[in-house]
Amino acid sequence: MAVIQIDKIAVTEADNAPPHQSLWQRNENFLLGLFSVTGFLLFWEFSVLSGWANPLFISSPSRIFNAAYEMFADGSIYPDLLVSAQEFALGYGLAVIVGIPMGILMGWYTRLNALLDPFVNALYATPRIALMPLIIIWFGVDLSAKIAIIFLATVFPIIVNTMTGVRTMERDFVKVARSFGASDGQLFLTVALPSSVPNLLTGLRLGLGHALVGIVVGEMYGASAGIGFMMQTAGATFQTDKVMVGIIIIAAAGMALTGVLRMIESRFDVWRPDHHV
Amino acid sequence: MSAQVKLESDGVRLAFYNERMKRRLLVLDGIDLTVFTGELVAIVGPSGCGKSTFLSAVDGLVKTDAGSIKVDGHAVTAPGPDRAVVFQQDSLFPWYTVMRNVTYGLELQRRLSKAEIAERGATLIELVGLTGFAEHYPHELSGGMRQRVNIARALAPDPELLLLDEPFAALDAQTREFMQSELLNILARAKKTALFITHQIDEAVFLADRVAVFSARPARVKEIVTVDLPSQRGLDVKLNQRFRELHDYLWRSIQEEAVRTPIAIGAS
Ligand SMILES: Nc1ncnc2c1ncn2[C@@H]1O[C@H](COP(=O)(O)OP(=O)(O)O)[C@@H](O)[C@H]1O
Ligand SMILES: [Mg+2]
Repeated sequence: MAVIQIDKIAVTEADNAPPHQSLWQRNENFLLGLFSVTGFLLFWEFSVLSGWANPLFISSPSRIFNAAYEMFADGSIYPDLLVSAQEFALGYGLAVIVGIPMGILMGWYTRLNALLDPFVNALYATPRIALMPLIIIWFGVDLSAKIAIIFLATVFPIIVNTMTGVRTMERDFVKVARSFGASDGQLFLTVALPSSVPNLLTGLRLGLGHALVGIVVGEMYGASAGIGFMMQTAGATFQTDKVMVGIIIIAAAGMALTGVLRMIESRFDVWRPDHHV
Repeated sequence: MSAQVKLESDGVRLAFYNERMKRRLLVLDGIDLTVFTGELVAIVGPSGCGKSTFLSAVDGLVKTDAGSIKVDGHAVTAPGPDRAVVFQQDSLFPWYTVMRNVTYGLELQRRLSKAEIAERGATLIELVGLTGFAEHYPHELSGGMRQRVNIARALAPDPELLLLDEPFAALDAQTREFMQSELLNILARAKKTALFITHQIDEAVFLADRVAVFSARPARVKEIVTVDLPSQRGLDVKLNQRFRELHDYLWRSIQEEAVRTPIAIGAS
């Protein structure tokens, strides 16, 4: 018996010992990604260099780099960046401020949910871009119109996900809280709110994507500045390099902001072990 | 020591509306049960007979239709600080640390200061043998450790009556036996009265001063068996001849009821 025990322990320890891995093995995923991206960029560059593809249509990595360098060096990009950042901050910020409490209230009060659900559902299902002409009629073409479209694009995923989070809190936890004498308010703070956090963060992340779409589309209608506007005008004059710079900026912003949200989410992984995967 | 009544259940009746059958189904059919101060009474009975329902009624989580439940002479109408439940595994709040789970009831009450709450939390964590785990989260603990936290959480508001609903059912056999004797230690040190539901007959005999057998649904108290084993029990009491006799007697008694249990209706 004792011998078997010792054997078992020995085996387990061998399993847990850091296996001897090469540099390649340890960073395999990263290196594979690096490899495919580099390969893609080289292929792109050479297909243009060799005259096989027309840079007017597909630009090329070096051209995009040069265009970006110029736009940042002469400062012409900054007003556009500033305008878009402002639209995003106000539209998304407003959606968060309105969406989270709305979602919580709709999740908590069944009656309120029944009253508002048809509207929320209908608007969530409608592509918000379809509302653009209406928004222009109501808000004109200035900053408020852009904020409105970004707000509308973002607020519904936030509402719906937060609401789901609050509604699906586990009945067992409600029982525990009640057993310890929790009031409605305490039940809300100690059970409903924490158990809705994962859904809430998903809502914020989905909303982020919608907000970026909102920026680009919003600025295609009668804007005078912004990244979307810059891409629009560059595209109309076949400045493909500049369009590409715009795309990269939007993509980078999306990745950076998603990264920030993921960092916030990972703080909650402390008690959400099953989300580590 | 004259025996003081801690819990008095008198003719408690309770029916639930059953979705499937589209009618109310009687679950408790007049439960008469008295628990004296310092006692541990176990409830056994066929599954689905209404044991958990009775416990919830004593805790005040469900309303009874007739009869009365009194704790220290006061009628139960809602949950109160004089009673606390040790729920099954995984009823710990995953978003709180061990410490915050243990002090949950105290935080809600807002009776003690932050410092007093922290101190009481630390004392209880020590009582259940989890010193050093205060800042861990439930998912970082084993099943047995989690049930220790669960017990500490119930003890924190210093209840008169501890209600335990199959707290060790999800543990492996070895851990369960260990937790059983731990529970006896903890209860002796905390000087509590307890009502303990289990479907394990040996658990009931080992822990209890008396065992109440519930009939098939609608539940009544079919009989109450006094466990005449020494009150200071080690696990070796399970090897005792008398232990086996009590075990076998209860097994037959429950078996008689189990065969009368309507199978198809509403799983619990
Ligand atoms: N909230 C409820 N609503 C409707 N029926 C319930 C509810 N809780 C329990 N029941 C029913 O009451 C009966 C007894 O359940 P329960 O007390 O959990 O049994 P036990 O704990 O003895 O296994 C079961 O038939 C169960 O389906
Ligand atoms: Mg039960």
